[in-house]
Amino acid sequence: MFAGVRQFNHWVDVQMAPPDKILGLSELYVKDPNPKKVNLGVGAYRDEEGKPWILPSVKEAERKLVVEGLEKDKEYVPILGSGPYNSAVQKFIFGHDEFGKKLIAEKRIVSAQTISGTGSLRVIAELLNKFYSVKKCYMSAPTWPNHLNVFRDAGVEPAAYPYYDLDTNSLDIENLLATLNKAEKGALILLHSSCHNPTGLDATSEQWDQILEVITKRELFPIVDMAYQGFATGDPIKDLGIVIHKMTKMHYENPEKLPSFALCQSFAKNMGLYGERTGSVFLVHESPEFISKITSQLKALVRPMYSSPPCHGSKIVEVILNDEKLYKSWLGDVAKITNRLNEVRSGLYDNLDHSLRNWDHLKRQKGMFSYTGLSKDEMLKLRSDFSIYGTDDGRFSLAGISNRNVKYVAEAVNAVVKK
Amino acid sequence: MSSAFANLTILPPDPLFGLSARFKADTRANKVDLGIGAYRDNQGKPWILPSVRLAEKKLHADPTYNHEYLSISGFEPFTSAAARVILGNSSPVIQDNRIVSIQSLSGTGALHVAASFLKQFYTGSDAAPTVYISKPTWANHIQIFESAGIQTAFYPYWNDATKSLDLEGYLATITAAPRGSIFLLHACAHNPTGLDPTQAQWKQIISSIYAKGHLPLFDSAYQGFASGSLEADAWAVRHAVATQPQDSTILICQSFAKNVGMYGERAGVIHAITPKFNKDLNAAISTNLQKIIRSELSNPPAYGAKVVATVLNTPELYVQWEKDLVTMSSRISTMRRALKAELEVLQTPGKWDHIVEQQGMFSFTGLSAREVQRLEETHGVYMVSSGRASVAGLNEGNVKRVAQAINEVVVHFNRQHKL
Repeated sequence: MFAGVRQFNHWVDVQMAPPDKILGLSELYVKDPNPKKVNLGVGAYRDEEGKPWILPSVKEAERKLVVEGLEKDKEYVPILGSGPYNSAVQKFIFGHDEFGKKLIAEKRIVSAQTISGTGSLRVIAELLNKFYSVKKCYMSAPTWPNHLNVFRDAGVEPAAYPYYDLDTNSLDIENLLATLNKAEKGALILLHSSCHNPTGLDATSEQWDQILEVITKRELFPIVDMAYQGFATGDPIKDLGIVIHKMTKMHYENPEKLPSFALCQSFAKNMGLYGERTGSVFLVHESPEFISKITSQLKALVRPMYSSPPCHGSKIVEVILNDEKLYKSWLGDVAKITNRLNEVRSGLYDNLDHSLRNWDHLKRQKGMFSYTGLSKDEMLKLRSDFSIYGTDDGRFSLAGISNRNVKYVAEAVNAVVKK
Repeated sequence: MSSAFANLTILPPDPLFGLSARFKADTRANKVDLGIGAYRDNQGKPWILPSVRLAEKKLHADPTYNHEYLSISGFEPFTSAAARVILGNSSPVIQDNRIVSIQSLSGTGALHVAASFLKQFYTGSDAAPTVYISKPTWANHIQIFESAGIQTAFYPYWNDATKSLDLEGYLATITAAPRGSIFLLHACAHNPTGLDPTQAQWKQIISSIYAKGHLPLFDSAYQGFASGSLEADAWAVRHAVATQPQDSTILICQSFAKNVGMYGERAGVIHAITPKFNKDLNAAISTNLQKIIRSELSNPPAYGAKVVATVLNTPELYVQWEKDLVTMSSRISTMRRALKAELEVLQTPGKWDHIVEQQGMFSFTGLSAREVQRLEETHGVYMVSSGRASVAGLNEGNVKRVAQAINEVVVHFNRQHKL
């Protein structure tokens, strides 16, 4: 069946698919016997002890569902998620500003539950490949590697816009704008709402205005990936103001400038629901009729892919968003995560030797990751000499650092940059 | 910008989810849902299996329980236990490591991944492969393969005049199909007819499939539901495995939606079985299945897999599960007999033996589309327009009324049901 092995002749030459870089790193870490090893690979939050942290608000919501019996059944949810889930999340994302409220009231938002952020990106990419005239999506250089796979496998060609300037460890705004100014008219553009993955470097409010200006000028279709809502400011609602509110305002007041945009949202990190795969896709448009059409087409896309999304994570989200006390508790949990990540940044910064290299960019970055600026060789040296595992591009997942090992990590970095 | 969205039409709702939506909207107190394939207890309520409730309690009491990402291939205690369920604990396939098992989004997800995999890698037939599907079949089957870019064709199955298997037509199509075609087989409790081949018939079907070098693709969504016995219901799959020729592959798409009542949790597995152990081949199959999954959803949902793994791997819970299967299948059998008896008491025109001869969740009643429509509109009894009734929706409280309603519509259209 597979010509990779001669006796089976029913399959094309099936070779091993290349290992996933990020998950492959975890495997190396697990195998390492060094007791001082540090995992700065996967983007999952860890507490001070280096353990997975179940948010107390999530634990309580789950207790209500499973132990108290709030969950009455495990029935299929509708193809695009349950009505209550979708309206709760729609209200949570868009219901906090006047324009979002109007869009909700005027039924100008497609809202659908998806398989976390990846599933959200994939369905919007498939939808756009099917119905949108330009099958090309501009993505930041660098971006989360799976972005390219998701869009390419959906039939949309990835292209790059400059983003991170490795020489200055800052946003390469000049070249970013220049590239977008020459972008194919009407092309798709993928934006990170905040806590850019992998760099941690976000555009300032003024820079966002410049970017949106070019987007409207070139009639680009924005797709916003929001996977770390809450980790920029510590407050999920404040984080929306960085770009989502700009876009809802622009769209509502000047739909001819920004007729439509999509948002891919995930509760993986900010509710710690990672493996439960809970997220949503939103599409904003001027016409409610268009919204209905898109919704029906989304259903037709999803039905043959997986029929309907998993319900466990979405029930937890619903309980939290609809319970005032739990919601407040959750906001506190998000603030706690953000504070710890910020403490790690400070701790790292304070223990690094600034005479060897300029580390100021660490303080400018936000979220779970930091683009340290370390070279591939330096990252490999961190692995071989100190059992510190980060990706080749110099990305540190800060959740792998705590008071227990921040000095060890800083001293290791000092050692590898001293040449 | 709207011009950038070409050819956007509104699609009609999915037939099964649309039926469910109409039922929900119906305000009549005595409405009966014989539409969607979900088990109901004797009170007409969704039923969380006792084995599942116990498993959930066990899971939540476990201090290591969390929401971390699963690997792309899923939760190994789940996928390996799932293999034992379908193949048997002492299966030589498992002992010889001739099986690749990857977690999926229930049955639909497994079929979709299988379709994508076949599209990319299968060259068993000279021309582009065709997937042969029973006539009739579950509506979503066609969409799954066609959306993956694989053409489909039908093999005769249900003989409407005799209400039995059209074995001759079935075998003729197998023989006539181009060498190396793919045959989609319902492992047991055929959806929508409830009609399964006998063992003798399965033997002929499987050997004909192998004689033409075709690939058997099993859809196993009701193991345990047909007879109440997991082993008995796996007979066809195990026979195909036991007689597997040297140069072949078997694919099994396995769902725990119905038999563990995991519907909304989306717990399923795709298995690929080769006739001889080959490490490289296993790795090639596994990594490429994972590559497909990574760009669609990154990794599968954790909770359902953990619950099912707990049931399957805890001896006393497994025993409870076997009891739960008997509870469900025997209640359905009782309802089959009750419906037939009521129809005969009312002297409803036609013969109704097929209702008790069929097995699993569904009965192909033989009612016409207009009879079904009248059932819904006049009587508030909902079933699929093909005449497929979900017997699980019948109970002691509604079976008489349903029989009366069926009697009324049959008489109304003055249609003779002849055997």
